[in-house]
Amino acid sequence: MSVTSIDKDFDNLTFTLIADFDAPVERVWRLWSDPRRLERWWGPPTYPATVEAYDLTPGGEVAYFMTGPEGDRHHGWWRVISVDPPASLELVDGFADEHGEPDESLPTTTMRVRLTEHDGGTRMEMHSVFETHEQMAKLVEMGMAEGIRLSVGQMDALLAA
Amino acid sequence: MVEEEAVDRLFHALADATRRDILRRSVAGELSVSQLAEAYPMSFAAVQKHVAVLERAGLVGKERRGREQLVRADREAVRRAREALDRLEELWRGRVDRMSALLAEEPHENDTRGRDG
Repeated sequence: MSVTSIDKDFDNLTFTLIADFDAPVERVWRLWSDPRRLERWWGPPTYPATVEAYDLTPGGEVAYFMTGPEGDRHHGWWRVISVDPPASLELVDGFADEHGEPDESLPTTTMRVRLTEHDGGTRMEMHSVFETHEQMAKLVEMGMAEGIRLSVGQMDALLAA
Repeated sequence: MVEEEAVDRLFHALADATRRDILRRSVAGELSVSQLAEAYPMSFAAVQKHVAVLERAGLVGKERRGREQLVRADREAVRRAREALDRLEELWRGRVDRMSALLAEEPHENDTRGRDG
């Protein structure tokens, strides 16, 4: 209900989402800036997120993992490019290996988030950019792989094959 | 599992920089294997092998035209890439729903008092 629009641009490798929340900008910002709150919405209910390290400053890193139904862990990371509380955030989101070390061979997406006051509430604009079409395809396969419960370690083996 | 094998083939195909480059070029337009071979410091046979790996992964198709073998990106690959955006949409719709639910359940603090009062 609160998603206002979604624009999927295959040719330009971008994904733009606009959502409106019935809450002030500061509270929406806190969903991003407070790791305990972030954990409650980042992962789907079947893959809840746990934030292990959190440094929301330019150049800072965030480390998290999502726990699957079998107790399987899928690690991910953010690298913060810029942050301007409570209005904007730009980061790179990627996958990590089973030790939480960023795996640069796996696809990354660049994400830009902007919060503005809108109609007494908050408008959130989220703009995601893939690097290449192949990376987009690869991300789908990773999603599929998650579905059939391939651990990141097994994926590494596949990539090294 | 058939699906798992398909994932294996795709991962394997995309794990190599030359193959990713061949795919990029064939997305841009049809090229013959010999034209591709000129672009890389490797033998015609080596390039042909890379194309075969991409072909098995369903990423490119080959077509014989005269004496040339033309390589082009498979529509299947394009479909997969589009799927990435659909999955991303699904993921973010879920996230926004959870964000809304959190905002609704959290005790309202000073910054909301004015609006709720």
